[in-house]
Amino acid sequence: MKKCRGATRLMSDALERPLTAAEKMALRTHLLMCGSCRNFSRQVVALRDFARHFSRQPDAAGDTASKADGED
Amino acid sequence: MSGQGGALNVTDNDLLDEQFLGQLRRQMVQFARMQLQDESLAEDAVQEALIGALQNAGSFARRAAVKTWVFAILKNKIVDIIRQRARMAEGVSLPGEDDDPGERLFDQSGHWNKEDRPNRWAEPDTAVKSEHFWRVFEVCLDGLPVKQARLFMMREFLELESDEICNSLEVSTSNLHVMLFRARLRLRECLDKRWFQEGER
Repeated sequence: MKKCRGATRLMSDALERPLTAAEKMALRTHLLMCGSCRNFSRQVVALRDFARHFSRQPDAAGDTASKADGED
Repeated sequence: MSGQGGALNVTDNDLLDEQFLGQLRRQMVQFARMQLQDESLAEDAVQEALIGALQNAGSFARRAAVKTWVFAILKNKIVDIIRQRARMAEGVSLPGEDDDPGERLFDQSGHWNKEDRPNRWAEPDTAVKSEHFWRVFEVCLDGLPVKQARLFMMREFLELESDEICNSLEVSTSNLHVMLFRARLRLRECLDKRWFQEGER
């Protein structure tokens, strides 16, 4: 029976490799019962999105200076 | 030459002034140094990337686009260096702490500790539009143990595959996955505490 620690580990591993059928089942079952881990499942995916966004545009603040009128 | 006329008035002078280039170069060196753990290799990679990228930078109307472009080239150079190391079996072993945030976040039976339970994040899609969010993100990255940070960045920023990372560094697949898990636990917790649970910004 997967607990949160094991489930979160599986969710992280799922970003790295395919989970086995048994792992998928165990994870799904846990998620049905655990709202905290459901939140985690969304958030761990969001982390990947943030990282990709960050690495493709490393300084979101960098463009502000160029838009001002009258800048020499 | 004046910059007036709006975003479509593209001149090299506006976009690529010394201050902008200086800042860009600093960020690039920091990024490359973190990935390569070698000052002179990092400097070389940055130099080559800048020379290559700036040849085409006149096509861009926004500095942010120039940055994205330059960093894309830099990342490719870094990836090439890392792959080359792997081929030449110059595996670099990673020192650094492995400490496990799971010890702190979960109780004896493997459940989340009450105070650490993930709550919903309000509008994560809009967070990315905030400059402040990205500063917080950087702070959280800096808070990761070096080994975990480096592996996380190789995987998530450089988008290297697991086996490429394992081949170029002396880390097993299972150790890599453990490190990534720990990095994610920490990063999620940090963003949660410092951004998402702080209320609207």
